Amino acid sequence: MVQTYDRLRTALEQGTTTCEAITQNYLSTIYEKQHLNAFLAVYEDYALNTARSIDEKMKRGTAGPLAGMVVAVKDNICIKDRTVTCGSRMLEHFVSLYDATVIQKLKDADAIIIGKTNLDEFAMGSSSENSAFGRVKHPLKNEYVPGGSSGGSAVAVATGMSTTALGSDTGGSIRQPAAFCGVVGLKPTYGRVSRFGLVAYASSFDVIGPLGNCVIDVARVLQVIAGHDEKDSTSAYVPVPEYLIDIHKDITGLRVGLPKEYFDESLNSEIRSAIESAVNVLERNGVIVQEVSLPHTKYAIATYYILVTAEASSNLARYDGARYGYRSQNATDLYSLYVKSRSEGFGEEVKRRIMLGTYVLSAGYYDAYYRKGQKVRRLIRDEFQQVFQEIDCLLTPTSPTTAFKAGEKLKNPLEMYLSDIYTTSANLAGIPGISIPWGVDTNGMPIGVQLLAPQFGEPLLLRIAHFLESHRTM
Amino acid sequence: MWWSEKYEPVIGLEVHAQLLTRSKAFCGCSTKFGDSPNSNVCPICLGMPGVLPVLNKQVVNFTIRMGLATHCTIAPISIFARKNYFYPDLPKGYQISQYEEPICQNGWVEIELKNGVRKKIGITRIHMEEDAGKSIHEIDIDTYVDANRCGVPLIEIVSEPDMRSPEEAYHYLVTIRQLVTYLGICDGNMEEGSLRCDANVSVRLKGEKKLGTKVEVKNMNSFRFVERALQYEIERQVEALERGDEITQETMLWDANRGICVPMRSKEEAHDYRYFPDPDLVPVVVSEAWIEEVRRELPELPLEKRDRYIREYKIPQYDADVLTSEYEIANYFERVIKHLTHRTEEAYKLVSNWTMGDVLRVVNETHVSMENFPVEPQRLAEMVDLLVDGTISSKIAKEVFEEMLTSKETPRCIIERKGLMQINDPGVIGKVLDEILTRHAQQVEAYRSGKTQVFGFFVGETMKAMKGKANPKIVNELLKHKLQS
Repeated sequence: MVQTYDRLRTALEQGTTTCEAITQNYLSTIYEKQHLNAFLAVYEDYALNTARSIDEKMKRGTAGPLAGMVVAVKDNICIKDRTVTCGSRMLEHFVSLYDATVIQKLKDADAIIIGKTNLDEFAMGSSSENSAFGRVKHPLKNEYVPGGSSGGSAVAVATGMSTTALGSDTGGSIRQPAAFCGVVGLKPTYGRVSRFGLVAYASSFDVIGPLGNCVIDVARVLQVIAGHDEKDSTSAYVPVPEYLIDIHKDITGLRVGLPKEYFDESLNSEIRSAIESAVNVLERNGVIVQEVSLPHTKYAIATYYILVTAEASSNLARYDGARYGYRSQNATDLYSLYVKSRSEGFGEEVKRRIMLGTYVLSAGYYDAYYRKGQKVRRLIRDEFQQVFQEIDCLLTPTSPTTAFKAGEKLKNPLEMYLSDIYTTSANLAGIPGISIPWGVDTNGMPIGVQLLAPQFGEPLLLRIAHFLESHRTM
Repeated sequence: MWWSEKYEPVIGLEVHAQLLTRSKAFCGCSTKFGDSPNSNVCPICLGMPGVLPVLNKQVVNFTIRMGLATHCTIAPISIFARKNYFYPDLPKGYQISQYEEPICQNGWVEIELKNGVRKKIGITRIHMEEDAGKSIHEIDIDTYVDANRCGVPLIEIVSEPDMRSPEEAYHYLVTIRQLVTYLGICDGNMEEGSLRCDANVSVRLKGEKKLGTKVEVKNMNSFRFVERALQYEIERQVEALERGDEITQETMLWDANRGICVPMRSKEEAHDYRYFPDPDLVPVVVSEAWIEEVRRELPELPLEKRDRYIREYKIPQYDADVLTSEYEIANYFERVIKHLTHRTEEAYKLVSNWTMGDVLRVVNETHVSMENFPVEPQRLAEMVDLLVDGTISSKIAKEVFEEMLTSKETPRCIIERKGLMQINDPGVIGKVLDEILTRHAQQVEAYRSGKTQVFGFFVGETMKAMKGKANPKIVNELLKHKLQS
């Protein structure tokens, strides 16, 4: 049963349900829908025990802000004494020694962590097909993909296996699966949420964010997980505002931009109409909608894949079979230990990206690729900053298509990479983005629209998203 | 050297100094040396999935200190980079270092050669980085990794190719060691690896402007090995050139047992480290105020100290050189001075003599550190005071010093216990002298008839009779007087 946290909390406070009952309910759904392969680990005993202790706290009136919220966690986020597989053979049996900062914060807020969700290996992918533990299935049509890489988290939220979920977004990995599965997915500003305990894919892009069934739910989770962390030097010192204070505020007079580069012929016409209907809603409510230009958008995907793979090739060097994780049994010396452990332990897409990244950092190619990529990244960032001088927020499609069939793009990585065409720019620029459901296509598959705001513009982003959500016409 | 008429070696050194911070560069683990393997580790320095580095500010402080002491420009913004390579003692598969934008650049140090000639050696850069772990190879069994050293902070000091002989390289290294120990940022111990040195060496015909092909020499883990390895490598290159061979760019390892350099890897086998800015760390921003703060707290450097000793204590330059050669020695010397009651040039010179002489002798014989030297500065000062005011003779002082090496007593206690107090009373000494002169009338006769060398005999007899406690000055004076009368 899909429910928002506000409903649950009200029921809890009225005493018509308990955290234990809620948790039990989610657990039943998880088992019922096991075929979707959304979870890699379910913490049944832990979740029920925690639920019972929070019920006690509820009675005493000491329960935290997320009491009774059941959260599913993408399996690239560390939880002490639990496996963190990253969807990879390489870490299949690897147990984390510590809690990620976001996990610590969720626990402190009395959220109930119910288990770990499936994902593309090391968060590399857009379909959740790249998991060493089998693909995640789309809940509406099982032969379709749920998007990725946080596919398991999106499915968990969409099907009532958890109230909310944590994902990670390096190039769209929260927003695109949220769009495909018809849920809300928020990618916060880079540095807004601590990355400590998130297994790194591309450090200067990665950010942890929430998925939920409504904008208020993701705002509540963000409220808890945001903030500077002394364990993460790249986390921002910017104070965390109260995200719910202005969320209902009138949006009259705000300016929303439509970047014309996001509406080329590759965009599916049904998604284009969805955007148009969203524009109508905004305009009818006093929002000024205007076309803007982000001319460097066409370089985003290329820039993204150069920089992200470069960082990934270095971030994944530690998985070498020497200290922990998968170790090949066929090794005869140190060199073959490395080669065989990594060849056998990593999947195809991960190896492809490691090779790409190694190449772009190599002597003789660094200037042409990595350094050039950094320059273009700066241009893209500046371009966004410029555009946000004129407008408050951008409205774009989340993805050029709705969910596609499994296997459809596996043979063609480039085509797969293009499904991130509207989402990668936000990661290049470090700005926040949110995807909210906006109707379905003729096939019945959900459509998502994306809003982008300037750095640390989450309050405004959430406000406009919430407005659209409550005026949904499709 | 037979080749030195024709060829000129060109040497640049890369020195790694392990910083004396309490905790590691990017995590809170202890940097203590010698703890049981893999006890000073945490998920961060072990490179566990999901961890992030956080820079220890003290590392920056120490590096700025060295930068200022070597006249470097301190960059307002510098960047950490990743140096990527695979090795079992490198948990993350990369070392956090600095590459394109190091914190210190364009400095110099002055070295002094044996003949007193001074020379400036350029410092290209000084950058911060983390150490790797230690691989322990048990031959034919296995390799073990101790990760205690993983993440211990280092600075790498890269010199310009300004040195022209192994001797210069040796003196440069000595100077660097002197600086890091004076600054209190490194213990300077080459044998334990807290100071490590690699060299880039090439040779060229004298007068030639172009540099020859360089060879990197590693694994020279003592000051003398640096000199010997360079000597060896220069001769090897000269011999090759004399044969008409070309020098190949490669990395060599110094084999101390065989006294030769052995090839480690060729240019083709060289690693491509794929350096790029570390996205987990923010740029290191150093403000003018920060630099000034470090500058204010800079200790007195060796040359300044030496000049002050000459000026303030009026000791000879030779003394000042020896005393300031190592921070620990200078520190000991100054602490003795501090405890002196007699603040005279005579006393200062005595402290200098005793420190350079008996103290350093015992230090070298017993390998005890200056810090733990059994005769504390306070007791040596007291002994020098007793010498200056004539309470004891220098002969007695030797005895007192030896005694202090094993006992905790003050010099005064030792003198009293052993009855070593010097006898200065002319009446007492005169009485003994009279007896001796009477007993040896024949020798007195001889002296008076011109055989003045018997003077020493009377002194010896008197000292023997007085168990060495008579003030020799007074003995001399009285004796002269009595013999002449």
